[in-house]
Amino acid sequence: MTHDLRGKTAIVGIGKAGMGGGATGLQPLDLLAQASLRALSDAGLTLADVDGLFVSSAYHGNPTLSAAEYLGIHPRYANGSMIGGASFVAHLLTAAMALETGQCDVALIAYGSNQRSQGGRLISLSEPQVYEVPYKPRFPISSYALATARHMHEYGTTREQLAEVAVAARQWAMLNPEAAMRTPLSREEVLASTMICDPLTKLDCCLVTDGGAAVVMTRADRARDLPKKPAYLLGCAGEHTSRQIAQMEDLTVTGALQSGRRAFAMAGLTPADVDVVEVYDAFTINTILFLEDLGFCPKGEGGRFVENGAIAPGGRLAVNTNGGGLSCIHPGMYGMFLVIEAVEQLRGEAGARQQPNVNIALAHGNGGALSSQVTSILGTADTL
Amino acid sequence: MPSPDIPDDYYRAQLKAGRIMLQRSRSTGAVFFYPRICAPGTGATDLEWIEASGLGTVYSTTTIRQRPEKGGDYNLALIDLDEGPRIMSRVEGIEPDRVRIGMRVKAHIAELPPHGEAILFSPVAEA
Repeated sequence: MTHDLRGKTAIVGIGKAGMGGGATGLQPLDLLAQASLRALSDAGLTLADVDGLFVSSAYHGNPTLSAAEYLGIHPRYANGSMIGGASFVAHLLTAAMALETGQCDVALIAYGSNQRSQGGRLISLSEPQVYEVPYKPRFPISSYALATARHMHEYGTTREQLAEVAVAARQWAMLNPEAAMRTPLSREEVLASTMICDPLTKLDCCLVTDGGAAVVMTRADRARDLPKKPAYLLGCAGEHTSRQIAQMEDLTVTGALQSGRRAFAMAGLTPADVDVVEVYDAFTINTILFLEDLGFCPKGEGGRFVENGAIAPGGRLAVNTNGGGLSCIHPGMYGMFLVIEAVEQLRGEAGARQQPNVNIALAHGNGGALSSQVTSILGTADTL
Repeated sequence: MPSPDIPDDYYRAQLKAGRIMLQRSRSTGAVFFYPRICAPGTGATDLEWIEASGLGTVYSTTTIRQRPEKGGDYNLALIDLDEGPRIMSRVEGIEPDRVRIGMRVKAHIAELPPHGEAILFSPVAEA
């Protein structure tokens, strides 16, 4: 029993800006606009066609107002929900509902950040977490370090296994001309890198870059008439677990367990059906946690699962094929880039990193301190 | 002392007076932290305050690395209180990277400017 929304909408345009990792000197909305125009051009549409706008931002308290004004559009439906880096995967579901109920006909989901140009400062509109700040947590890394330490304690996960995640991401990035980090990386270099927050080193952490990203969605009937091969939304679901890391029930089990099950049920698929997997790798532990919770390996086995290049190019499962947040791009929030890489793989446009016969791609977003999880499953026309 | 029905004010005033107070639902028995006007999950409002024993167990721990001139490395930990709730804190009286998951710890209250009084922990001496 699949869901009514399965395959009813599709991503018809994708756009990126500020790739390569350097400081662009641009403002967040400049990058958002660049990516948006590229996504619309890719879709064979124009700004005048956009009547649904979906934006999340750490820079703007009213992100859809700021973005709509900058772009000079008057969307009739807008959503600026902010659940951290998973927001952009969550927007796929909201956009699908808005499209399918006729609240809009062309949905633009967009993001821009100049974190690198601003000297790496992580912009946050977040309210202070008053019961945590006295202890000087270093957000967000200390939350992920605590989760890593607990996973190591419960399941014997090792720093070497974490390093395997960083190395695999780098090997994918080396196949991606747009990736920020394209020099070879060894497990030993990750292990010898500066310790930031035990057991996570600098090379266990995502990049700090500028970047913009956007996708355009329409209903499936219109998608078929547009120039690019549509990426149909087959399933999408989320889960909130907590806001602060101390409030998370079990640091080794994320809401991806629930979001993944729901998304697969909606799509009528299982992990075995997935050809490429894009998961939000803010830190090396993320990849391990999400591979477990999404059902690609049993709980606790994630560390062993990634060993021996299993998720690197040529491995048993293609994971984070653009190089991920660890080696490709990470402008404050990475969520939109997960979706874009999934679409490129489904279209067969991924160049040297293209996987053969990709019909089903999973893009999984994470937000906050493992706080929000959203899983999306996209497919080609063959999967309808 | 502020009214027990003003959760954050009451909690902080008690902490300043040297007591770690937690809320408990009379009907469900659930003890929780941080202070709220209802129990999370059930929404129960039949709340009472109980004094914590101050004993707990390290659930997870990390050492935040910091240059010596900025104050040096320090510990950040999650502590499962014996009463049930988990709180963020710091374990002191031991090198930050020697704090272990499962270690038994005992609370004390200290002022952490500019945040006021906060709960810190030290290892319980081995018997």
